[in-house]
Amino acid sequence: MKPELEKRIVRTPDGQEFEVDPLRDYYCEAAPTVMPAAYGKIVEDLFNWARSQSLWILGFGTGCGAIEMRPLMTPRFDAYRYGVQWRPTPRQANLFIISGYLSTKTLKRAIRSYEQMQNPKYVVGLGSCTINGGMYWDSYNTIKCLDQYLPVDLYITGCMPRPEALLQGFEDLKKLIRAGKCEGANKYSENFDWYKANQKQVIHDWDMPDYNW
Amino acid sequence: MDFDWMKIPYSLLTLFIVVNYGMILNAFIQKIGARVGRRHGIPIWQNYADLIKNYSIRSSITHGVMFYLGPVFRLSGGVGLLLFVPTIYGSYMFSNMSFAGDLILALYFVFFGTLGMALGAAESGHPHAAIGITRGLSQVTAAELPFALAVFAVALQYQTLSVTDIVAAQQGSFLNWTLFTNPLAVTAAMLSFLGSMMRPPFDVVLAPQEIPIGPPTEYHSSYLALMQTNRAIFPIAKIVIYMNLFFGGAASWPVFFLKVFCIYMISVLVGVVFPRFRVEQSIRWFLIWAVPVGILAVVLV
Amino acid sequence: MRELYQRLQSLFVLGELTEQRANLFFITVEKDRLRPLITHLRDREGLRHLVLLTAVDWLEEGQFQLTYLLCDRLTRRDLGLRVMLDRANPVMESIHDLWPTAATYQRELREMFGIDFPGSPRLDEEFILEGWNTTPPYRRDFDTLEYARSQYAERAGRETRDPETHMRAQLYPESN
Ligand code: SF4
Repeated sequence: MKPELEKRIVRTPDGQEFEVDPLRDYYCEAAPTVMPAAYGKIVEDLFNWARSQSLWILGFGTGCGAIEMRPLMTPRFDAYRYGVQWRPTPRQANLFIISGYLSTKTLKRAIRSYEQMQNPKYVVGLGSCTINGGMYWDSYNTIKCLDQYLPVDLYITGCMPRPEALLQGFEDLKKLIRAGKCEGANKYSENFDWYKANQKQVIHDWDMPDYNW
Repeated sequence: MDFDWMKIPYSLLTLFIVVNYGMILNAFIQKIGARVGRRHGIPIWQNYADLIKNYSIRSSITHGVMFYLGPVFRLSGGVGLLLFVPTIYGSYMFSNMSFAGDLILALYFVFFGTLGMALGAAESGHPHAAIGITRGLSQVTAAELPFALAVFAVALQYQTLSVTDIVAAQQGSFLNWTLFTNPLAVTAAMLSFLGSMMRPPFDVVLAPQEIPIGPPTEYHSSYLALMQTNRAIFPIAKIVIYMNLFFGGAASWPVFFLKVFCIYMISVLVGVVFPRFRVEQSIRWFLIWAVPVGILAVVLV
Repeated sequence: MRELYQRLQSLFVLGELTEQRANLFFITVEKDRLRPLITHLRDREGLRHLVLLTAVDWLEEGQFQLTYLLCDRLTRRDLGLRVMLDRANPVMESIHDLWPTAATYQRELREMFGIDFPGSPRLDEEFILEGWNTTPPYRRDFDTLEYARSQYAERAGRETRDPETHMRAQLYPESN
């Protein structure tokens, strides 16, 4: 645990003393709750359509796949015309693409970012590394099966998948969203303990709250 | 004072038209930008999808009261700006509340949104937001200076602060527009216009690539949707002011659409050609190029 | 290069010499003779660039080998210095005061091999790994495969093929 996260006594300039426990005071530790679709069918259908047409990707690249995502912005592939955009902050994004192998160190950051995203949120695993370890199957520091740690909606196979495969993946994801099948966030909160146990098994220095948003 | 209640539905109608026009225009402008980069660009209804999406996000978190109020202030800045100037000159339906406010109020509203945003984003406690705010406020202040000077010049020229009267004075031939009667003021104002439209080269504050997206870093779901709505209204409202002050106002909706589009295009044309300025560069640019023109305009009137 | 070696020989006690190429030599030196030699090379002989500092694990001999690779850009020659350490107690003098970059290499070696460099800045901070709690992973007695098996969940159904036989069967099916 980092020293700045430990419990400590703080003195204010005018002599008061009080205890600070950063994990409790600076973060909210409440576990996520399941948020079912709240409206009638027609409204939800409209919402699902809008969600599928406006995929905002969190600009977080891990592994080799990050390289294949950039061309999507260029004139040649131009993912914008499919309603795909990149967002620099997890608060505004609703699609998290794990673009390749995840070392345990990155997994920690990925979990934090994922948990900061807002409820209907989707995870796409890109490349064989996220599916079964790919060529890093015997590495001492990368996870081999992403859906043990985060709820994955869709995998795109390949090593590395071409940008065309990514575009196809987006289209498939849209179909899933429109069918109302992408409830990863709710799955995550339902099986929260299971996910946390898996995450803590590989992340040895867990120096953050259990749920951070 | 007897208040004309019919004004309220009429203003809402104005608002409705402007929001939709703003959304489509924004998408259209982005498409133009994309075409310049040889891309297809977003679909024309993309902004609607984004907006509905953001309203439909199920969870949202808050950082305190000001965090709620930030987008609300921002939106009221845009709406207020729009409602207190006559959108369509001479039309009873669409001149809104313009009898109540004058130029100074409009100037205040231009700034109001940014200020509210500053308070809200500061409450979010995110360092990126704080940096974004500092940069945003300094740039907006620098950009606002020439505009204020130009407004004074125009007010002096027509000897009134009422926007309606200023528009009235410009009717007749287009040679009566301030653009031709007082070109210096218009130049200064247009330079400032470039700066306040949040398009390149002055979009360093809100660009997603810079200090991750600046002030709205922490904003999400409905908050963000409110701000997006404002993103549709505010440029139009701002252009309406410019149109009224410098380009003879608009007497009907088609003229309105056309003029707003053309004025918007000015900033777009500049935007697609020039790379992004850093904040201190743009401030220097405003102080060196735009402010002297504004002062000159005031002096010469 | 040869003449450099001879010059050095008259000044220092040198160990075994390997001539890799005309402009790449390796010299073995004693652990506590490294510093004067490497300072001399840097200041007098123009080998001013520390290209890398890395380690080899000689498990069977019970030794770690440190390699300091120096380069002289002007004459385009490289000189590697080998230092053998006792594997049971791997401690080496730090050279971060000669090349500040060495501190980073030493942090890495500390984390990946468990070699200690007393006095090197930020040596005990985590470098790449976080929360590592077993044998340093680059030591050869660390069983990577076993660790990966026990640590990370696997998906059933993964097949591994020998690339050579697989590609031969794919491309030249008649040859089988
Ligand atoms: S699947 Fe291949 S390309 Fe993708 S991260 Fe793994 S090794 Fe790299």
